[in-house]
Amino acid sequence: MEIKAIGCEPLQLKRMHVKDGHTLKVYEKTGGYKSLKKALEMTQDDIINEVKASALRGRGGAGFPTGMKWSFVPRQSPKPKYVVCNADESEPGTFKDRYLLERDPHALIEGMLIAAFALGSECCYIYFRGEYNYLIDIMDKAIEEARKANLVGKNILGSGFNCEVFTQTGAGAYICGEETALLSSLEGYRGHPRMKPPFPAIEGLYACPTVVNNVETLTAVPQIIEMGGENWRNLGTEKSGGTKLWSVSGHVKKPGVYELPMGYSNLEKFILEDCGGMLHDDKKLKACIPGGSSVYIMNAEQIIGKNVLMDYEGLVAAGSSVGSGGFIVMDETVDVMESTKNLIEFYKHESCGWCTPCREGTDWLNKILKRISEGNGRPEDAQLMLDICDNIEGKSFCPLGDAAAWPVQSAIKRFPEDFKNWLFRNTNGN
Amino acid sequence: MASAVATDFTNKVLFSDEVAEFSPEVVKEMESHLTKYPPERKRSALIPLLFVIQRERGYVDNPGVNFLAKFLGLEVTDVWETATFYSMFNLRKIGKHHIQICKTLSCKIMGEPGITDHICHKLGIHPGETTEDGKFTVSLVECLGSCGTAPMMQIGFDYYENLTPEKCDEILDKLD
Repeated sequence: MEIKAIGCEPLQLKRMHVKDGHTLKVYEKTGGYKSLKKALEMTQDDIINEVKASALRGRGGAGFPTGMKWSFVPRQSPKPKYVVCNADESEPGTFKDRYLLERDPHALIEGMLIAAFALGSECCYIYFRGEYNYLIDIMDKAIEEARKANLVGKNILGSGFNCEVFTQTGAGAYICGEETALLSSLEGYRGHPRMKPPFPAIEGLYACPTVVNNVETLTAVPQIIEMGGENWRNLGTEKSGGTKLWSVSGHVKKPGVYELPMGYSNLEKFILEDCGGMLHDDKKLKACIPGGSSVYIMNAEQIIGKNVLMDYEGLVAAGSSVGSGGFIVMDETVDVMESTKNLIEFYKHESCGWCTPCREGTDWLNKILKRISEGNGRPEDAQLMLDICDNIEGKSFCPLGDAAAWPVQSAIKRFPEDFKNWLFRNTNGN
Repeated sequence: MASAVATDFTNKVLFSDEVAEFSPEVVKEMESHLTKYPPERKRSALIPLLFVIQRERGYVDNPGVNFLAKFLGLEVTDVWETATFYSMFNLRKIGKHHIQICKTLSCKIMGEPGITDHICHKLGIHPGETTEDGKFTVSLVECLGSCGTAPMMQIGFDYYENLTPEKCDEILDKLD
């Protein structure tokens, strides 16, 4: 598996190939905790303004501007404030955070400490998906190292700033990647999402002001403080600042984690050259999901010869979105009806059951796709599924419903032939 | 998300008052989890502690849950409410080694069906079943965040990636 930067110096991936990069000693030797020292001498507003200037957007999938999220926290509130890192990486096709957590845990600790300082928080939690148990051990060791070096705990580096960092485990629930469901889970409840507003910035963990950020978002913070928000933004584009990690899997020769500057040109080159091209030379590119399973699936015509820029605006213009940056590349051996069925099994399994459109909708989609795959498709099934999606999209309590509807809608619209084969098979008596 | 199985609940689970007992070391370990949260927010420790119960007792069982309810000052139903939501908590006895094969898209297109067939054939069971000697349980699970090294599986908490049938044989043969 490849882990490398293309078109830029490795920033997020700086320590991926450095021996013992996960230890405090090597982290500090390679420039670590300089940004924390710098931040502790800045004002809270200056830090938030740098993050705003960087145009950093949430890397978990929603792409919300991080600086703006931070600015919503009422710092004058007498309640304690919390910084929570969302390391519940569960979006199918996404595995970038895993490598950051495994090989560069101190970068996350440093990013969280800077965020906590800027927001007046004295307590941070890192919420891991339960399956990433081995990463919790790595992180606990890193936190302990940092505590011994007075980087975590009381009066950090003599600045008077106190901050604790704790790890917390989930136990196998995709929904806990949704920030309010994550907070429910962190409080020991079922991972049900909560009504917004109030947003977590006002009432989050224990009904206190809380910021929830993805791992990659927080590990970008030390870089932003080090080089300045403006400079970091200039690595990417005006609206999509900096660099971004992309997890690549499926039918390519070199799957892996790639760091690209935002606005990288272009998608076709990335898949067919940078990722080593199609896994089997005689098989053509058929489909690509660029941002984790929840985004619109793209067909080859949307990619080949289209100069699709790899940033938030570029991928939306091309008919999909950045999401969590989880690429799943599929060649012509894949039947898109079957790949859609696979994803809907996932969403049906992971729907938390809280709201009706998502719970029932994903179940019905799953039943219909199962029936189709058993050879009992009906010509009207395509429209039926689109109607169900229409009753989920925008009507579910949290974005999981949308995430289940989009792959189905886009698959039916962009791969009509794949569905036609199945839907008319039965009536043709095959 | 685990689905609650009515028979397990009504027949065995809710009607026993037995409370599990743990060694002082385990209780100490449990107490260490509580230090992470504000004192009035002990419930936050519920998920980490359910993992301890599962490790110590093989699965999340009724006496273990009764213990946790007492330990955290919760109702027994509060503990079950959380325990039944998360797919990593086993509510019944499973094999010593829990083989969890990822079946989501990237693994699927990179050869998961062949791996599943191979392992199930080797062990003589179907997904969801446990071998007669109680050694292995095979489950098909959703994305484990290892798509770049597909196909993959997790046994217990350990990841095994870039699987081939030969590699699976090697891994399974080494487990005692």
